[in-house]
Amino acid sequence: MNEESNGIEVEGLVRQFKNGPRAVDGISLTVEPGEIYGFLGPNGAGKSTTVHMLTTLLPPTAGSARVAGLDVATRGAEVRKVIGAALQEAALDPNLTGREHMKLQTALHGLPKEERVRRGDELIERVGLSDASDRRVGGYSGGMKRRLDLALALVHRPRVLFLDEPTTGLDPQSRASLWEEVTRLSTRDGVTVFLTTQYLEEADQLANRVGIIDAGKIAAEGTPAALKAEIGRPSVEVLPVDPARRKEAEDILLRFGSAVPAAGEALSVRLNEGIEELAAIVRSFDSAGIELASLGLNEPTLDDVFLAKTGRHLEGAGEAESAEMPLPASDPDEQAGPA
Amino acid sequence: MSGAVATAGVGVADPGAPDPGPSPLPIQISAMASRSIKRLIRQPALVIPSVIFPLFLLAVNAGGLNAATHIPGFPTDSYLTFAIGFTFIQAAIFSTMGAGQSLAQDIENGFFSRLVLTPMRPTALMAGQLAGLVLLGQFQALLYLSVGLAAGANFEAGVAGYFVLAALVSIISIGFGGIGLIMAIRTGSGEAVQGMFPLMFVLLFFSSMTLPRNLIEQDWYRFLATINPVSYLIEAIRSLFIYGWDAEALALGFGIAAIVAVLSITFAARSLKGRMLR
Amino acid sequence: MTPDRTYFSAAWAVAWRYLHNLYTKPAVFVPGLIFPLFFLAAFAGGLSAVGDTPRFDYYNFTAFQFCFILIQASALAGVFVGFSIAGDFEQGMGRRMMLATSRRSSILLGYALGAALRLIVVWVIITGVSLLAGMEVRATGYDLAGMYTLGLLSNVVALLFSAGIAFRFRSLQAGPLMQMPVFIALFLAPVYVPQELLTGWIEPVARLNPVTALLNGARSLMAGDPTGILLAYGVAFGLIALLALWALRGLRRAEVAG
Repeated sequence: MNEESNGIEVEGLVRQFKNGPRAVDGISLTVEPGEIYGFLGPNGAGKSTTVHMLTTLLPPTAGSARVAGLDVATRGAEVRKVIGAALQEAALDPNLTGREHMKLQTALHGLPKEERVRRGDELIERVGLSDASDRRVGGYSGGMKRRLDLALALVHRPRVLFLDEPTTGLDPQSRASLWEEVTRLSTRDGVTVFLTTQYLEEADQLANRVGIIDAGKIAAEGTPAALKAEIGRPSVEVLPVDPARRKEAEDILLRFGSAVPAAGEALSVRLNEGIEELAAIVRSFDSAGIELASLGLNEPTLDDVFLAKTGRHLEGAGEAESAEMPLPASDPDEQAGPA
Repeated sequence: MSGAVATAGVGVADPGAPDPGPSPLPIQISAMASRSIKRLIRQPALVIPSVIFPLFLLAVNAGGLNAATHIPGFPTDSYLTFAIGFTFIQAAIFSTMGAGQSLAQDIENGFFSRLVLTPMRPTALMAGQLAGLVLLGQFQALLYLSVGLAAGANFEAGVAGYFVLAALVSIISIGFGGIGLIMAIRTGSGEAVQGMFPLMFVLLFFSSMTLPRNLIEQDWYRFLATINPVSYLIEAIRSLFIYGWDAEALALGFGIAAIVAVLSITFAARSLKGRMLR
Repeated sequence: MTPDRTYFSAAWAVAWRYLHNLYTKPAVFVPGLIFPLFFLAAFAGGLSAVGDTPRFDYYNFTAFQFCFILIQASALAGVFVGFSIAGDFEQGMGRRMMLATSRRSSILLGYALGAALRLIVVWVIITGVSLLAGMEVRATGYDLAGMYTLGLLSNVVALLFSAGIAFRFRSLQAGPLMQMPVFIALFLAPVYVPQELLTGWIEPVARLNPVTALLNGARSLMAGDPTGILLAYGVAFGLIALLALWALRGLRRAEVAG
């Protein structure tokens, strides 16, 4: 990848904290230019530590990473010029207004004076904060802070954008509007987006490709569809109207797949072949005269992928790890903080 | 964001887009300074105590210790005139903790990371942080001088002395502000910076703050006051009030303030570089 | 378990937790100890020449300053409890304790017990240091008991005052609101010289300041010549009655706020 590209290449990246675990343990990944890459994992998996290394805030212990063709360890200043980042905590000064934040950021990035105001207004409008732009950030809601954070990250027209859990703690509406904006950045402006998340839905809907990280290692990588296809076939769940015919219904279903747990009185099988068997199943119930109260087709989710790869469900998987994360040490190098 | 109208290209997928280049240092400094001043003005709850408390201590000491002026050899018959010099130093040192703390807060809440990701130079960050401090110091100096004069203190050095006072207070603010910054940069924790407070108290109290050094009876205390640089800062300002122009006291005061400033700023800059650029 | 035993066991649990926190976090405990020692060194050491001024008739300058430090350290220890309460509420621990106890005044009692135990350590240290620094004690055993009791009462007064603030604000940001008034009241008493030697504006202020009664009482007990003791105790218990109301009302507010 050359310096003209917007991609990310990571090779064997390691971050070991003093007296702590390997927060990131030899990960390798490639993000293509203009792609949205979802970095999915539970709390404490090493997502933020990875972002801190890729954004030059934390030096890697081993391995290498190139962002837009530039080595993060040796060409930090150049990397910072071409990236934008919205880190986990929306890092804002509660005493400044939204507009003042834009002024500060544009000035530090060296935008010419006349462009500073224009650029600030433009981005504030773009993230829908025009009405609130002269209010102090201390009074903003979580969603507003995130949006301002995103606007600040875009001030200098970055080619690569890092978003560290951008929607954690947001209400569904704020989340949807942030997704919309991120998608637009990627598709319309060609920005490469590296996004960490602990939400399956977010990775599934937003990302072109997903990397699943657990305990500092990449457990799986691919497009959401490919990952789901890799671990398996869909399942079918039915609920007969007449409970007395449950046994008959079960016998029919088992001809098409193997039983899997189902909710309540329903019956469920993982299909042997795939979705194309659905018609045959419906016909079999029809010819046996068994009336169904419900029939559902369940595609595998990324949680199923996570389960298959790590042996655990994503939800609640992180607590044990996050409790073990080291506290900030006195060494400034340690300060940027673990995931 | 819903309903927002996209108006302009935001990213530059086109790598050939013009690079604005690094922002000129004066622009960075003024942007950072303006932020630090705004921050100060908008948090009066943090600023007011550091302004009021030294005044309170002055009032209490001037009232309670007036009897000390009867000690043979005491340089003035007004304890207020004697004690007011300490007020400036106390205020300067108190507010430096504030500078450290606000930087530590930035580090803790991630704002510092945002700044590090811009092409901002360490000089701009430090100068910006210290600008607010110097401004506050000047405000305090003017306030204390006015209050002191109104309450009957004597300012022997006159109008020219005010400018000397203002200059010395600025250097002291920068010097001790630098110490606050070093603590913040090295620990990244507001609590740790706050932990410096007792140390600052030691520096302030084991000095010639309440009595001239030659009138301190206890040898160990006089020794501490003599080796404590803060004594000379107090005595330089005090000399403007009591004697007018005491070249030796002023030279010692300015000299020590300058040394503290140079050392602390150098170390702060070095620590900051280590944290910012890699 | 009878309700009363539950009440006291809850109080002990809060006290234990408070002391355990102090033990595990020296950064919280040390300032409460260091500050009085500072003032002792700075006042008794640095200002001893003041004891030689005309009409300064107290028998020993270190003993004179010790009494102030005793009252000050005791009061500040009470304020630090307010900090702990506020910190607990900020972190949600206060709410957890409120849920766990049926009669919530036991929480306040628990903090008070913890503070009293902590105070004993502080007293031992400042008394030891003062004796080493040449403090002469003229008090009898009874006088001393009376003097330390005044210290304890000052502690309770400051504790109730700051607990009232802590329960109302439930945030450490209210720290200065707890510390400053106590600090100011302490310093508006005759700190450096006997009350008779005060001149100017501070003289009437000190006369009206309740801390002056406590301080004069303690100093007279230390000198083995108790005077104004009834006034000192009267003031202390009066303040405790008023501030207990203030603290308990604060507790109710915290309950209402959930």
